[in-house]
Amino acid sequence: MKTTELYISERTEDTPLVIAGKVFTSRFLLGTGKFKSKSILEETIAASNAEIVTVALRRIDLERHEENILEYIPKRVTLLVNTSGARNAKEAIRIARLARESGCGNWIKIEIMNDSKYLLPDNNETLKATEALVKEGFIVLPYMFPDLYTARELIKAGAATVMPLGSLIGSNQGLKAKAFIKILIDEIDAPIIVDAGIGTPSQAAEAMEMGADAVLANTAIATAGDPPLLAKAFAMAIHAGRLGYLSTMPEIHDTADASSPLTGFLYEKS
Amino acid sequence: MDNENIMMINLAKIKEILNTQSPDLTEDLARQSSGITRQYFGRTITLYTPLYLSNYCSSYCTYCGFNNHNRIDRMKLTTRQIHLEMRQVAQTGIENILLLTGESSKATPLSYLKEAVGIAKHYFTGISLEIHPLETEDYRELYRHGVDGVTVYQETYDQTRYKEIHLSGKKSDYAYRLKTPERVAASGIRQISMGILLGLTDVAEDLWALYHHLGRMERLYPGVEYSLSFPRLRKIKGHDFAICNVDDITFIKIICLTRILFPRVGINLSTRETPRVRDHALGLGVTRLSAGSNTSVGGYATLPLQGQEPQFDIEDTRTVEEMIQLLKTKQFDPVLTDWRPIKNEIV
Repeated sequence: MKTTELYISERTEDTPLVIAGKVFTSRFLLGTGKFKSKSILEETIAASNAEIVTVALRRIDLERHEENILEYIPKRVTLLVNTSGARNAKEAIRIARLARESGCGNWIKIEIMNDSKYLLPDNNETLKATEALVKEGFIVLPYMFPDLYTARELIKAGAATVMPLGSLIGSNQGLKAKAFIKILIDEIDAPIIVDAGIGTPSQAAEAMEMGADAVLANTAIATAGDPPLLAKAFAMAIHAGRLGYLSTMPEIHDTADASSPLTGFLYEKS
Repeated sequence: MDNENIMMINLAKIKEILNTQSPDLTEDLARQSSGITRQYFGRTITLYTPLYLSNYCSSYCTYCGFNNHNRIDRMKLTTRQIHLEMRQVAQTGIENILLLTGESSKATPLSYLKEAVGIAKHYFTGISLEIHPLETEDYRELYRHGVDGVTVYQETYDQTRYKEIHLSGKKSDYAYRLKTPERVAASGIRQISMGILLGLTDVAEDLWALYHHLGRMERLYPGVEYSLSFPRLRKIKGHDFAICNVDDITFIKIICLTRILFPRVGINLSTRETPRVRDHALGLGVTRLSAGSNTSVGGYATLPLQGQEPQFDIEDTRTVEEMIQLLKTKQFDPVLTDWRPIKNEIV
């Protein structure tokens, strides 16, 4: 905990992450699925220093029959309810409304999948849901396949960010979609949060180094032997990647770069 | 077995895997399967409870305790009894209910099912049905009423064997039953559970056919959440209909192989299985467990007054609370709530 705080506080030149006017010092968003217990989840949130935590509405026991997941999420954290299970825009809209009516706030991560094998987001339906929910006053963070046209339309529709997938959700494959996410980073004037498929701290750092504004991780951490420890590692890696990006790192070259000029002799005065 | 593509495995390979008596192979399958399960489902297990609405049946399936040739007391829950039973189950904290009937469109017509589903919505957030096969339009009606899932097992894909054991009634129509998952999916219902009854015929061949059936369903209806069940035949009223016994080793191999081939598919395990098998199968690929089950009509609140024959005997009699505690001890998060009812609408 202390180490993470140290790393985060030492940097003062960085502008904070701002989503829908809300300021965040952490650039790490944590998902809450797949954890072996609610108490481990609680410890992991603390270790991650995440200020935005996603929860699937489908898993919230609003009737309070079981341990309510919301009780394990500290009040300081912004709750981002996701529409997991929605197969189209209409279902996502209903889930969002139900979340708000249930007192879960108006920050919504739209997650629409109509493929149970690959769980790829449906950009068309996501756009429709975004348009509708923004009009209803929600702060909308859409999870999407990294497509420039869709990203532009999402922002035009009023999305607070775009959340392109790094690779297949839960796959730990890292930045398979790197080239396309880079285009979004370069072209979209809104925070780009890399979501899905980020399996290791180094992959998270890689996303941040290329200029992503934040990273969301869940599966890798939830299924690790020591989730709080890995969450801490992610927090540090995300911060390290951010510092690297801010430093305007030198490009990576395929060949050695001689530090002495090769043609200098031509210009030497004999 | 490092390929997720079903097309990469053939029947001969399944037979070889199931027949090879090598503890190393079993261990290897289990390791792969448990790793994949952990990756895709984490350390969570969804719990559900079955609730029998009726045991009236117009089909004669030789292996089933409810078949119309079995002289058992027939019973169908009244509106009041449905409330009583559901209230009893809901008190355990269970939010996913599986409503079952025998195969009788006369005793349990669509109107009755709709009423039961309507009542269930007051008590549960996830409602599934295991009933006689219906037409798409009927499923659509039920979907609009709040049904989230349908369980329909082909029992066996061996058509000759199918005819031998499904002697009369609607269920004897192999082709109609085979197309049922497609009719369910076309209605908009989000979850479909498919399966085979282990012990009716050559297990490898049935498994191979089930994998193909699931593969076809995934192509046709990719948005549906699929799960599979592998109930092993149990004795009913002293009869043993299994022509081949599926031992625990084979059973565990089936679970593991299924997980390796279908990383994201749900795998259900009922209380037909013993606590020993259930407890060990937990980390190996199973994602959904029934708990606190009673397989008699009125078994939760009405049975103490009127005794009924169960559809099959259960082996794991632990309560929902005991299962929750067990899961926690084994470092699993028991998931009671896995869906929020939203108004189902046809799109």
